[in-house]
Amino acid sequence: MSDTNIKTIAIGPYHPLQEEPEFFRLHVDGEIVVKMDVELGYNHRGIEKLSQGMHFDQVPFLVERICGICSTSHPFSYVLAVEDIGGWEIPLRAQYIRTVVAEVERLHSHLLWLGLAGHFLGYNTVWMWAWKAREPLLELFEKLTGNRNHYGMFKVGGVRRDFEDGFCHDLARVLDNLVPVLDMFKGAVSDDPVLRSRMEGVGVLSYDDCRAYGAVGPVARASGLNIDARRDDPIAAYPLVQWRVPVLKAGDIYAKALIRVMEMYESVSIVRQCAHKLLTVRGPVDLRVTDVPPGEGIGHYEAPRGECFHYVMSDGSNRPARHKIRAPSYTNVATDVKAVVGETVSDAALVLAAVDPCYCCTERMIAVDAGTGATRHSGAELVRLCQAKTERLRRGGRA
Amino acid sequence: MGITLNALTRSLSVFHLAASPCNNCDIEILDCLTPKYDLERFGIQLIGSIRHADALLVTGSVNRKAAERLKLLYEQAPKPCVVIAIGGCACSGIMFRDNYNFAGPVDRLVPVDIYIPGCPPKPEAMIAGVAKLIAKVRGEKA
Amino acid sequence: MSMPLTGFADRFKTRALAWEEKRARRLYVEIRPSDLLETANYLYKDCGCRFVIATATDIVTAITVLYHFAHDASGVMVNIRVTLDRDKPAVESLTQLFVGAEWIEREMWELLGITFIHHPGLKHLLLPDDWPNGVHPLRQDFRQDELPPPCPGRGAEENR
Repeated sequence: MSDTNIKTIAIGPYHPLQEEPEFFRLHVDGEIVVKMDVELGYNHRGIEKLSQGMHFDQVPFLVERICGICSTSHPFSYVLAVEDIGGWEIPLRAQYIRTVVAEVERLHSHLLWLGLAGHFLGYNTVWMWAWKAREPLLELFEKLTGNRNHYGMFKVGGVRRDFEDGFCHDLARVLDNLVPVLDMFKGAVSDDPVLRSRMEGVGVLSYDDCRAYGAVGPVARASGLNIDARRDDPIAAYPLVQWRVPVLKAGDIYAKALIRVMEMYESVSIVRQCAHKLLTVRGPVDLRVTDVPPGEGIGHYEAPRGECFHYVMSDGSNRPARHKIRAPSYTNVATDVKAVVGETVSDAALVLAAVDPCYCCTERMIAVDAGTGATRHSGAELVRLCQAKTERLRRGGRA
Repeated sequence: MGITLNALTRSLSVFHLAASPCNNCDIEILDCLTPKYDLERFGIQLIGSIRHADALLVTGSVNRKAAERLKLLYEQAPKPCVVIAIGGCACSGIMFRDNYNFAGPVDRLVPVDIYIPGCPPKPEAMIAGVAKLIAKVRGEKA
Repeated sequence: MSMPLTGFADRFKTRALAWEEKRARRLYVEIRPSDLLETANYLYKDCGCRFVIATATDIVTAITVLYHFAHDASGVMVNIRVTLDRDKPAVESLTQLFVGAEWIEREMWELLGITFIHHPGLKHLLLPDDWPNGVHPLRQDFRQDELPPPCPGRGAEENR
């Protein structure tokens, strides 16, 4: 491609608000993105190989650290995979505890995303409020496990710690305080005309593209795919409580944002029901599994970003013979190529963030000139462009 | 250190580099900016360009691809630039040390002034680490 | 098994080299590599399955690739296994059916040395571009101590 009109925009690589390093190379013609390349590898730590060198009970601590934001999703999927090999029946109390931990994580993960999206849109108040709302949830886990994140709750055969009744009451109280905040965000997302015009019709991903890429999670559900691993392949206490899976059709950023907000309400409801049950469902929380028989198993769980998938092969020794890990962002980030092409440079940062990548990609975006390879905008500049567009709309100007 | 020492201990411009992290440390760093901890009241701000940085915050175990970038960024930073290794990965590599793609830890590649261990270190731990750093820098001047 | 998957059984069970329902909602099928495209196409197009990911394993005597498909309507995971020659493992690329296979095939190529025929571009995904040729970390005979050293550390003269 030697079209000299096409410029490349470099985003990042190191933008303060971006945590995760991957490279997005945007090819821009005028103001429109015409092509995008994704370059990975800045995070590859060889976890599948490391897993083969650890015994089954050590692996949850390893896979927890694949991703800091959904650090429950990987251990959850992993223990489900090993339990799929062994066929054990997990104690009921442990199932409720697993569900609570997983859903509270969904809450603080979605709040995190909401904050980042707010920042990109230029609403730094939204960022501060959303992240402030996360704090009581993190404090709850610190009280329970000693760590705000990476709490090491999952083990093969159950969970590592039991909940005291006092904790269940604390949980209920934190959720009661959270709901008005969620109401505020829901109002902001659905009622603010500037926000809506920023997000509606932008970054659209079609149903067919979602299928072709194997997209999962809110990204897929925003485009009409009615899939959710918690419901489709029932696990833990999900079949024992009432909840719904929100699905929309528009496939744009607005739909993705709305779905995450609606999911937060569902998470609150699930946690309340489970916490209530935990006051009466008694018993052990750990099977004390000592041996994993030979075989192979699959565990998948609906992480905040989508289906997290683990496959484990056991040869009867005390270590995984093979451990395959597929994070939801692996399939979802690839969809960016479709979602961002045709959008403007001002929207690019937002479209990339809408996927809620497990790595926050805003840092490493570079736009390359298809003709000269020259850099036009850094990552920070791309975010500023995004914020500036919102400001223009707020003032009644043209997008 | 030099004439910019005073500037360093009054208002710190910090550049954050994620070198193969899981992101937990990075999120806790950003948490320091939120109302509960509010690092900006100490005059510490995150900036977007290494060329204006007084301090380089590094997270992650630094894999082969990230290692080249870390060295390059450190070279681009105007000296003096203090380097803060945040989290167990940056301090030592922890469980990722034995891997085929490991190229760290941070102090193998660039000189580190402060280590803030933890997985992740709490925002309070980071603030304490920065306070120690400022005291250390003042101590060297004296 | 649910209706669409009954069609799958009717059409492919007799041709399969192995067919095992290990648990409720966990089906493992071994097929000939030459049947891969047809099998995957049937699962993706006719059964409406979603391609999840693929796991390649060096089992010493061979290299296997296990393709994981999810039939979300019923919750069944359908896993299709092919066994490839260890010295020159090669199989048709599923990118001919859906783009979602592109990255994982690049990953399996670089970590295990499998060639995916008709893949649009097998190049590094996770490993650095200067990774030595023919060295595949997930192979059983991978020698980590034979890797070139990573980015050189700072020498004594760089110390402050």
